[in-house]
Amino acid sequence: MTALAETTETSTEAGAVPSFDVTLRIRRFDPDTGAEPRWEEFTVTAHGTDRVLDAMHKVKWEVDGSLTFRRSCAHGICGSDAMRINGRNRLACKTLLKDLDPSKPIVIEPIKGLPVIKDLVVDMEPFFASYREVMPFLITNGNAPTKERLQSPEDRARYDDTTKCILCAACTSSCPVFWTDGQYFGPAAIVNAHRFIFDSRDEGAAQRLEVLNDKEGVWRCRTTFNCSEACPRGIEVTKAIQEVKRAMITRAF
Amino acid sequence: MATTTPTGTLAAPRSARATRSRGSSRTNMEMVGWLFMRLSGVLLIVLIFGHLFVNLMVGEGINRIDFAFVGGKWADPFWQFWDLAMLWLAMIHGTNGMRTIINDYAERDRTRLVLKALLYLAFFVTVVLGTLVIFTFEPCPIGAPAELLPSFCPAP
Repeated sequence: MTALAETTETSTEAGAVPSFDVTLRIRRFDPDTGAEPRWEEFTVTAHGTDRVLDAMHKVKWEVDGSLTFRRSCAHGICGSDAMRINGRNRLACKTLLKDLDPSKPIVIEPIKGLPVIKDLVVDMEPFFASYREVMPFLITNGNAPTKERLQSPEDRARYDDTTKCILCAACTSSCPVFWTDGQYFGPAAIVNAHRFIFDSRDEGAAQRLEVLNDKEGVWRCRTTFNCSEACPRGIEVTKAIQEVKRAMITRAF
Repeated sequence: MATTTPTGTLAAPRSARATRSRGSSRTNMEMVGWLFMRLSGVLLIVLIFGHLFVNLMVGEGINRIDFAFVGGKWADPFWQFWDLAMLWLAMIHGTNGMRTIINDYAERDRTRLVLKALLYLAFFVTVVLGTLVIFTFEPCPIGAPAELLPSFCPAP
């Protein structure tokens, strides 16, 4: 590989970051050829500080420009580059190569449970449809106040955890119930409902609980904790779902 | 440098989620089912371990189980109620659990239907048979040797 020779020289400088060769085993699908999805391996040179996304950039920019994946900010905030790396859902931009044992090929697949459009790009529409259904916006009654809607720090802390969601779909696409038929709302939608249900300024909790009380709502959660493990933001997703369940039961009885 | 190997088939695109039945739903069957699993689970722990303790450990323990012991127990309304509660709770708990698993894992509608029909049939047969046995059990069958029967049976 041509790119390989250039970069190995720079790493010999004193104090330089060590570099190493890493193999990416990427699941590829090209809808234009209609061919079966296939595995393709690329070997690139990476530095000890590089993330999986850096290695993928190198492949795309220097080896095979047809490799397709989403990424926007590349710093773990936009939630575009969730993918299944070595069998776990992670953000490619937050996963360091050195943490993944680069001596073995690093397996990269699209997230499961959503239709693949091309390579690592999936159709997020079913995911966002569920998100829209829980009405992720402030719902209030009566006249709007002339100043800000004030909230105590304690009330703010009540739903702080679920405000961290970046809608990357790592949780929903790690959920075995969602894998079955894609009808389940999924953890991400419930997390974003939780963010408003437990907001003291919001008055739409009853409507949201009613939406989530559906046959495909929170009661399909089997508390397998896949979502909590997958969340790149460290949200306690399963706990949030359980809190929504509890709110529903206390409301019903 | 890129090695290509064909593998598997692409997951078929899935249908959009069916539109939900909107309407006032403070409770629904899924919630009742979820709650029932928790409550019946706690009750079943008490009932089953109580049953095991009384049958296997109290007094002479397992050695005393015979026709007379079972006949004696089912002549007592307390044990009739205990066993009936255990039968019904365990059967509904187990059937609901199996129903959930079928819903989660059987993808084709037809498979779901067949499996659930078999499940409900098994539930129905077991519950009806069990209930009948508990309530119509005859502790003193005519013509049986007296030493095998509970002590309260009239002498033949």
